[in-house]
Amino acid sequence: MLLEIKNLHANIDGNEILKGINLKVNAGEVHAIMGPNGSGKSTLAQVLAGREEFEVTEGEVYYNGKNLLELSPEDRAREGVFLAFQYPVEIPGVSNTNLLKTAVNEIRKYRGEEELDSMDFLSLLKEKSKLVELDQKFLSRSVNEGFSGGEKKRNEIFQMAVLNPKLALLDETDSGLDIDALRIVANGVNKLRSKDNAIVVVTHYQRLLNYIIPDFVHVLYNGKIVKSGGKELALELEEKGYDWIKNGKEKVLV
Amino acid sequence: MENKTDLKQFFINQFDEFEKSLNGEKSSHFHHLRKSAFEEFRKLPLPTQKDEEWKYTNISPLLDYNFSRSAKKTDVSPDAVSKFLFDKMEHSLIVFINGRFSSELSKLTDIPKGVVIGSINEAIKENNPIVMKHLAQYAGFKNNIFTALSTAYTIDGAFIYVPDGINVADPVHIIFLTRAGNEKIITQPRNLFIAGKNSRISIIEHYVSDEASVYFTNAVTEIVAGENGIVDHIKLQEESINSFHISRMEVDQERNSNFSSHLISYGAEISRNDFNTRFNDQGGECMLNGLFLINGEQLFDAHTMIDHAKPHCKSHEHYKGILQDKSKGVFNGKVMVRQDAQKTNAFQQNNTILLSDNAVMNSKPQLEIFADDVKCSHGATIGKLDENSMFYLKSRGIGDEAATAMLIHAFASDVITSIKIEALRDYIEEIITKRFNQ
Repeated sequence: MLLEIKNLHANIDGNEILKGINLKVNAGEVHAIMGPNGSGKSTLAQVLAGREEFEVTEGEVYYNGKNLLELSPEDRAREGVFLAFQYPVEIPGVSNTNLLKTAVNEIRKYRGEEELDSMDFLSLLKEKSKLVELDQKFLSRSVNEGFSGGEKKRNEIFQMAVLNPKLALLDETDSGLDIDALRIVANGVNKLRSKDNAIVVVTHYQRLLNYIIPDFVHVLYNGKIVKSGGKELALELEEKGYDWIKNGKEKVLV
Repeated sequence: MENKTDLKQFFINQFDEFEKSLNGEKSSHFHHLRKSAFEEFRKLPLPTQKDEEWKYTNISPLLDYNFSRSAKKTDVSPDAVSKFLFDKMEHSLIVFINGRFSSELSKLTDIPKGVVIGSINEAIKENNPIVMKHLAQYAGFKNNIFTALSTAYTIDGAFIYVPDGINVADPVHIIFLTRAGNEKIITQPRNLFIAGKNSRISIIEHYVSDEASVYFTNAVTEIVAGENGIVDHIKLQEESINSFHISRMEVDQERNSNFSSHLISYGAEISRNDFNTRFNDQGGECMLNGLFLINGEQLFDAHTMIDHAKPHCKSHEHYKGILQDKSKGVFNGKVMVRQDAQKTNAFQQNNTILLSDNAVMNSKPQLEIFADDVKCSHGATIGKLDENSMFYLKSRGIGDEAATAMLIHAFASDVITSIKIEALRDYIEEIITKRFNQ
């Protein structure tokens, strides 16, 4: 098993957002986590990536046999975890190339591999940028600075392609994308799918899942996974909306 | 306990002896200025934190020592100097060792006809008319004890004169290398740069030491940018970590002149920089940019004043600081827009990153506007490295140290990229890398 989450609880500023998440992900699988706004989807992605603002109060997360929660954010990345941000950060003064070169070499160093020389690195960038149809001129520009919403999301998937993670967490990668950009981003992700890696797609809408076909769909509501199923669950949600889940939940509670 | 006189009394006692050592030079035109500067020095008190201009800068550690004038000749090899040269830059080179001009270490070939680049000591002795006309005319010693001390005890410094219409293509690199050893010495570089009408020159004032010795640099630089002249000035301060560096730069800008200044500072225990520019006529432009990196218990202080005395001038000032450990920074930037100075355009900004909870920054941007048709802005920020950016980099596998270094480079990048000389930009990037990537 690549990822196993057991009874995960997490707080921010004293408010409990995750209230006992259980999830198992195997290599080769694509999982979609859906749910209404405020259900804790993004929190889950960020907790897994190691965001320190969130406090894990209970539960365990095992990744590739390691206790994920004990690793620093950078070590999680070096172990193969990747988070595609919902809101990618703009970093003026740091070029895309510089960020990726440092990242690739820090990861290689961690794994006891030699640093890539500039020529090999540049050909890697060239090859991967084609995957998301990212113009070469973006490479020398500052990270996400002045990028449109779509360009930022494409840049996230481009970084994913270069870093080649075992576990990719895509946090609302479809938000703010028009239909063409959505197709490009989804195609990029699909080309990165393999039997050795897993992808967890966090999304509010079903439309991304028309392009990235999930093996499993989970519905997150009020900090818990309340329903799991196959890809048809996403279609059901699209049709009925989330009220069905919310109401069902309330009925159970009453 | 060490038997010591206070710094001021020490220099008062020394003056007679100093005058005697000036054999022959007493006949120079400059000598009467020396004497009145000495009288002013005798009269003025040393600044304390009760003086508004020195409120955040305590110079008492400087007063713990008796600094003598260096008598010994120090042998320095060209290799020792070459460490401080910039790669791949054609330049003229003037080298001062412990405040004295070294013709052996300097490289003053290929200088355009009519241009003077050399030692001010010789020019004073010869009563050079340009020196007589300009020296001590912009950096007045009235009410400034350090300038009074410099003027009274002037020995040497760089003198550059560019006649009208001459473009000096290669930058002039001036190295002040101090090797004090155990001898606690004072050096007082006295620089004068005069650029004529329609002339152009780039000058790098570079203060260095290859030791951790205790010494005191008291530097005064006067610059005139003539009508339509372009003067590009860079000061790079990488003095010994135990030294004291007090400096003043006064710039006089004539009609339509363009002056730019970059102060890159990361050496010295205490460094104080008074940088003042004045528009004497219309159409001038000036840029004052600065970058300071301090750690340990270092103190950096920049006091700047841009005097918009005339209309239709434009100024841009941006100082950035990166403070570690228990270091302390001071920025006091004044922009004065006088009643006459309509259509002034002035921008001023100071941004500081504190990398430690124990570092302190005092920032005081000041705008004084007496004209009514102007465009001015100023501001200051003090903060930590952006946490979102930090997490973003870490989530890509970049460790704390490398991520910090990247964000520091990024923070400094706009000041560095505004330096026109590429070799210098590389040299400064390297300084940041050395400090943060190890």
